[in-house]
Amino acid sequence: MAGSSSWSTALIMISPYTFSAIGIAIAIGVSVLGAAWGIYITGSSLIGAAIKAPRITSKNLISVIFCEAVAIYGVIVAIILQTKLESVPSSQIYAPESLRAGYSIFASGIIVGFANLVCGLCVGIIGSSCALSDAQNSSLFVKILVIEIFGSALGLFGVIVGIIMSAQATWPAKSV
Amino acid sequence: MYGFEAMTFNIHGGYLEAIVRGHRAGLLTAADYNNLCQCETLDDIKMHLSATDYGPYLQNEPSPLHTTTVVEKCTLKLVDEYKHMLCQATEPLSTFLEYITYGHMIDNVVLIVTGTLHERDVQELLEKCHPLGMFDSIATLAVAQNMRELYRLVLVDTPLAPYFSECITSEDLDDMNIEIMRNTLYKAYLEDFYKFCQKLGGATAEIMSDLLAFEADRRAVNITINSIGTELTRDDRRKLYSNFGLLYPYGHEELAVCEDIDQVRGAMEKYPPYQSIFSKLSYGESQMLDKAFYEEEVKRLCLAFEQQFHYGVFFAYMRLREQEIRNLMWISECVAQNQKSRVHDSVVFIF
Repeated sequence: MAGSSSWSTALIMISPYTFSAIGIAIAIGVSVLGAAWGIYITGSSLIGAAIKAPRITSKNLISVIFCEAVAIYGVIVAIILQTKLESVPSSQIYAPESLRAGYSIFASGIIVGFANLVCGLCVGIIGSSCALSDAQNSSLFVKILVIEIFGSALGLFGVIVGIIMSAQATWPAKSV
Repeated sequence: MYGFEAMTFNIHGGYLEAIVRGHRAGLLTAADYNNLCQCETLDDIKMHLSATDYGPYLQNEPSPLHTTTVVEKCTLKLVDEYKHMLCQATEPLSTFLEYITYGHMIDNVVLIVTGTLHERDVQELLEKCHPLGMFDSIATLAVAQNMRELYRLVLVDTPLAPYFSECITSEDLDDMNIEIMRNTLYKAYLEDFYKFCQKLGGATAEIMSDLLAFEADRRAVNITINSIGTELTRDDRRKLYSNFGLLYPYGHEELAVCEDIDQVRGAMEKYPPYQSIFSKLSYGESQMLDKAFYEEEVKRLCLAFEQQFHYGVFFAYMRLREQEIRNLMWISECVAQNQKSRVHDSVVFIF
């Protein structure tokens, strides 16, 4: 390897395993952050509104379930990503093929993590407004639920792209 | 940051906001008011109110009922709800909720001082005070002879202390000075509340600025109309106007020189939001002005509920309840005195 010390050399010398591991961590960690954020936003409004209008509790748990789904996407993708990790001989660690595999797992993790973060936030805020409006006027619930469904589709987009991205993470063959 | 309150508001304020919106759903509607206006006696009123949120508070009252009892129990309900919210609240919501009651504290202080001036019994005055504005050592107000003593003996320990810097004089307390004191305190309170809301920023600042500006403007108009024909000089009058609001500063210049109601109308009609209020009154008439202002206030307070994740809903709810209690008092008085034709003179429907 070249002995010059430049930033590009430094970046290339980071092991692809590092990038993969960070990608997997972000996939699950940031997804769960989004889910938790959404659940507490919905839950606090739901609890307060249910004091005067107890009938809303069972229906509005759907909002909490949509937020929870976001965390499950994160878990699924993290498990898929970690099955993509393979060991390569040490001479092959910095081969272009290895770097490509490492980067694609990293990118997949970021895609899924941040898509789920904003999806969980979105569904949580809508769920809070849904609980408060349902307490005042029960015909509004189904209409606001439609908005929530569109919101939760955002997490799915992230999962789809993330899985496609990681499907091409092929490490170099063992024997060279 | 304005626009992103939704992400963090619910950490501390989500539960209480949901509770206050639940309480709002229990405000009396136009159908309830129509039923109440048809009542013949106060017992009918009690029966109608027992189906609403006021039920548990009125059901144990023995007949014959008095209008003061009805009003007292309804106020008690508001106080219970307020105390429940206050003890659940964290900063800065708890400070915000306390600010809402300082207006009542000022009214109570003025009530006791005026009552003592007219030689009424302290206990009797304490019973007439508004429960939201009570503080310890309020009874000691009866002892003070002038404003400096008032401040030194009692008010320095209350939240009203910072509002007194403009009105500590050694003059004796008489009717005129007490009114000036009340308005000076209220002016300082409104400006302080306004600054506090600006510091909170975001949707709270925007919505509360609008509501407080309307309050400041309304008080300016009322001060002007009430001081026409008295010995209050123009400079004194101008000193009682608040330093914010739609009328500040040019409207205040015009109001300060007004000598009768038509001049006030002329000054106010330059401002579109107030022009619509004054256009409902015919020339020379000022009795309906109070009702027109209340209607406008109720409209703005209801609009505060359209947005989520801000503190304005708490202020709006407290004011709407107070308006409702005023309505109930008027209806009860009309029914008790058999003047049902005048009921609709002063009832402001909220929904």
